[in-house]
Amino acid sequence: MRRLALGSTLAGLLALSASAAPLTYALTPTRIAEDTYVFEGTREHFTRANGGNILNPGFIVTGDGVLVFQTGPSRRFGEAMRAAIATVTAQPVRKVFVSNLHPDYWLGNQAFADVPIAALPGTIEGIRREGEGIAGNMYRLIGDWMRGTEPVLPTEPVYGSTVVYGRHRLRLIPLEGHTDADLAVLDETTGVLFAGGVVFCDRTPTTPHADVAKWLAALDALDALEVRTLVPNHGRIRGDTACIAQTRDWLTWLERTLRDSVEAGLDMSEALDLPIPERFAGLGVLREEYRRSVVHLWPKIEQAALPRVR
Amino acid sequence: MRTLLGLMLVLAAVPAAAQDDPFGSPMWEVLRGEYFGTAPVVFDGRVAVTAPASAENVFAVPVAVDARALEGVREIVLLADLNPFPLVLRYRPDAAAPFVATRFKVQQATAVRGAALTADGVWHVGGVMVDAAGGGCAAPAQSYAEKDWAEHVGEVQARAWPPGPAGTARVRLRIRHPQDTGLVAGIPAYFIEELTLTGDDGRVLGRLQTGEPVAENPVFTLELRPGAARSMRVRGRDNQAGEIDATIPLPRVGREG
Repeated sequence: MRRLALGSTLAGLLALSASAAPLTYALTPTRIAEDTYVFEGTREHFTRANGGNILNPGFIVTGDGVLVFQTGPSRRFGEAMRAAIATVTAQPVRKVFVSNLHPDYWLGNQAFADVPIAALPGTIEGIRREGEGIAGNMYRLIGDWMRGTEPVLPTEPVYGSTVVYGRHRLRLIPLEGHTDADLAVLDETTGVLFAGGVVFCDRTPTTPHADVAKWLAALDALDALEVRTLVPNHGRIRGDTACIAQTRDWLTWLERTLRDSVEAGLDMSEALDLPIPERFAGLGVLREEYRRSVVHLWPKIEQAALPRVR
Repeated sequence: MRTLLGLMLVLAAVPAAAQDDPFGSPMWEVLRGEYFGTAPVVFDGRVAVTAPASAENVFAVPVAVDARALEGVREIVLLADLNPFPLVLRYRPDAAAPFVATRFKVQQATAVRGAALTADGVWHVGGVMVDAAGGGCAAPAQSYAEKDWAEHVGEVQARAWPPGPAGTARVRLRIRHPQDTGLVAGIPAYFIEELTLTGDDGRVLGRLQTGEPVAENPVFTLELRPGAARSMRVRGRDNQAGEIDATIPLPRVGREG
């Protein structure tokens, strides 16, 4: 993987020298609630054009330091975030929370190596296990934006709990289903929910580590919270919880469609091009993400549905 | 001078031939000679190859070759140009529609081709490009994480669907097998080489010759014409003489439950 990554970096450098485009993340913090800011990403997949800026990392200026949620897809992104935070407040970064093991949540960790980086134990274990491979694949996907990026493990396991920083009281909510360990954080002071990877908003959910049944249960758990502003890691930030329902609708349709297709005798390759209902037409990266999900979810459904013969 | 001119002509002919390949693959001319010899080859959109543009899982890329738009197909060959073993499978649809789908391991971004041999001796070739992170052929099987994997090698899961009006029945198979390519140090090649499907009347319906790139726990989807058969049998062997033998019940519309 390392060799691959270097090869891709070289390819990226060559491409860069040809185009001479400056690789700069233009990160502008958007204030979404009192003391609370988000860097809104595109509703796309990782590309060499967007540098992996497809997420909504955020921060809270608590009065007792800054809490950061997700560090982005690359070292360069993490550094750009930190510089942008410094334009809003002189308070030091107190702690980083990483919601899951997917690349855009933590590959910017190097820029925060001087502060505690907190994650659920399952996330830390996942990054320990898959981090090198995840980083290598990002070199391939976004190229030179990754220059100098190395996996840095979160340093502090966190659990379900309520914590207070300055003016803000936060509930740390351990969930699972999008990955083995998904951390959501509800700021009880402002009603802002950093939902992590469990909620997608007008952007098709990603499923490489998904357990759909557990994910649906996680959505039910989020539905029970008092949320005024929901920050999904991917997609629009909204002043309601409609995207919990949207994510549930997509996952329910996806799983039912794949089960029905297996039952009807379809091959996985034939499922790649099934029609997707019109109501999902507004979701970003729809067909591409659907096809990825077919590859992720189909084998298990198929294995359970084909009877053993002798 | 004449020799030089001749050499220049030969050199000039190479890129011209390579340009014929819609994918501009560096391996095409070599593979063409190896798999099709001197037989005529045409690029033909009637051989539809379905695979994702980007391999989400390099260990199991779904692919289908559908040559049902052609008449009289004798054989189908599925190739991944830049795999260390380009041949994924050969399929002889003896009493079957010219359709085969499976999942394969991809070692790097490559053209993936389906070639169909028609009765007139012409190979019709279709294909798609598949991008990939790479390494699919050079990793140990996941089966080895299961302690009892060896007890299950060769087990078959399968289902046939009732034949349609044209007498064609869809059959799907999944066989437990690690499908080692032999490229991982200390793990010898261990993969299924042959599978034959017959009706319970002994008639051969289809024959598969499968190569190293077929994914672990291989899955196949076929369109067989079982005639009056009430069940089908799949028999085969791997390269270490392990045998596969299973009977697949064939449901008939209206005869069920």
